[in-house]
Amino acid sequence: MTIENLKQNLIQDFSFFEDWTQRYEYMIELSKGLEKMDEQMKNDKNIIKGCQSKVWLHAELNEGKIKFLADSEAIITRGIIAILLTIFNNRTPKEIIESDTNFIEKIGLKEHLSPNRANGLYSMIKQIKFYAIAFSKK
Amino acid sequence: MDFDIKNIREDFPILKKQINGKKLIYFDNAATSQTPNCVIDSISDYYKNYNSNIHRGVHSLSEEATEAYEDSREKIREHFNAKHKEEIIFTSGTTHSINIVSNGFVKLIGEGDEIIVSGLEHHSNIVPWQMMCEKNNAKLNVIPINDDGELDLDEFKKIVSKKTKIVFLNHVSNALGIINPIEAIIKLSHENGAYVLIDGAQSAAHFKIDLQYLDIDFFTASAHKLCGPTGIGFLYGKKELLNKIQPLMGGGEMISDVTFEKTLYADLPYKFEAGTPNISGVIAFGVAIDYLNKIGFNNIEKYELELLDYATSKLKKIDGLKIYGDVKNKTSVISFNIIGIHSYDIGSILDKYGVAVRTGQHCAQPIMDYFNIPGTVRVSLSFLNTFDEIDTLCEALLKAKSMLS
Ligand SMILES: Cc1ncc(COP(=O)(O)O)c(C=O)c1O
Repeated sequence: MTIENLKQNLIQDFSFFEDWTQRYEYMIELSKGLEKMDEQMKNDKNIIKGCQSKVWLHAELNEGKIKFLADSEAIITRGIIAILLTIFNNRTPKEIIESDTNFIEKIGLKEHLSPNRANGLYSMIKQIKFYAIAFSKK
Repeated sequence: MDFDIKNIREDFPILKKQINGKKLIYFDNAATSQTPNCVIDSISDYYKNYNSNIHRGVHSLSEEATEAYEDSREKIREHFNAKHKEEIIFTSGTTHSINIVSNGFVKLIGEGDEIIVSGLEHHSNIVPWQMMCEKNNAKLNVIPINDDGELDLDEFKKIVSKKTKIVFLNHVSNALGIINPIEAIIKLSHENGAYVLIDGAQSAAHFKIDLQYLDIDFFTASAHKLCGPTGIGFLYGKKELLNKIQPLMGGGEMISDVTFEKTLYADLPYKFEAGTPNISGVIAFGVAIDYLNKIGFNNIEKYELELLDYATSKLKKIDGLKIYGDVKNKTSVISFNIIGIHSYDIGSILDKYGVAVRTGQHCAQPIMDYFNIPGTVRVSLSFLNTFDEIDTLCEALLKAKSMLS
């Protein structure tokens, strides 16, 4: 499946929800399926600065694709991480660089993207893109 | 005057706003207070009717603006009971004021001297003192806190000495709402010859403060926590001390005589008010103080403490909810966590119910580190809040809790 297909699926999944409670419950559900991040990886090097809840992001290049591991102290942030990784995990740097993040707005989570929320999501997307650019030069 | 909450709320247009389809419930008063119509109107009145630069023109408009600006200074003096009008310096707010004092003493303090700050500080306020100590090699000491989040006076007695030159602490902690024992600290500091700067950002809105009675050397507060506009506040200093310290900023208004060799500073308060100030902000600040006095600080204090008691006992009924700084002597701030749930998650869900709270570290990382928590949910109540709003908060918290655990 292409990144675009995945995004369309996600938008469709979220379109069934009638209100925010269902969206949030779904995100909380998704957060539980997040691949476990080694405690050792939750170090200062991987931390994404955001005032409110800590977010860690680790990336490595594996046969041309980027493998991400991420975690947060807050469940809602974990849910958002799970969504982001569904889209960006195990993709080539080129795919990530070329992909936009409009889908976040389309699934009704735009509020979490504002830099003011300081939940690290905004910085996390930036960091994902940075990794993609860095790995694309290798 | 009777305290009529319904009428008072009518003065605040923002309270009619809907958030996520719900009525706004504003519990973030400690971050910034909401603004009544009279304050909002005074700003537009200034720009519509007498906008002009102060202290400079001979024309009528400038005189009108200057008069309103200086009237405001007098209102602040009277409200806080400073002895002289020129002891009130308008600044952009508490942060600016603290920087004036820390910079003002840079050259008057040196190696071997000591500064004391409290362990309950807003961390941005520790920075100016760290910067000062880097410049003059003075030593920075910290008053530790105990398990209830209170300052440890016995420890303070051990660290204060003849070497201490300045003691800096907030009157009320922004993270926990605890009222600090400033009388005792001022007395001990003065016995040792040290000056005290009190950060009143979190106290001035909740009860009346008498600067002369408390014998405070320097004091500061921000208008935006007192129903006034943002970006304006004041610094109070005893006249002889303000005369002693160097100004932070150079520019127009603050000089009396300039040659390329030497500049003579203007008299107080202008020495510290370089450049064209926030004129409409100063005037609106005065209007805000009048407004609060019209409601009456006795009424405000009494009502806020009733709200605090009600909210505290209701919140305590929620299973797993832990309040930090649950002491007797505090303002209407409740900082808490629900065990096992991150404050960010709670804040996000409360927002969906239209309830605005602050979550996170509240710029007080040392306190959070002390309790070993990443942050708290902070509900800061004001005289605008109602008992019904507290009920809604508790219902929303129960919903958040069941969603998140
Ligand atoms: C105790 C305390 N000091 C200082 C400040 C900073 O005030 P301002 O941003 O108006 O300079 C705040 C505001 O949050 C505060 O709570």
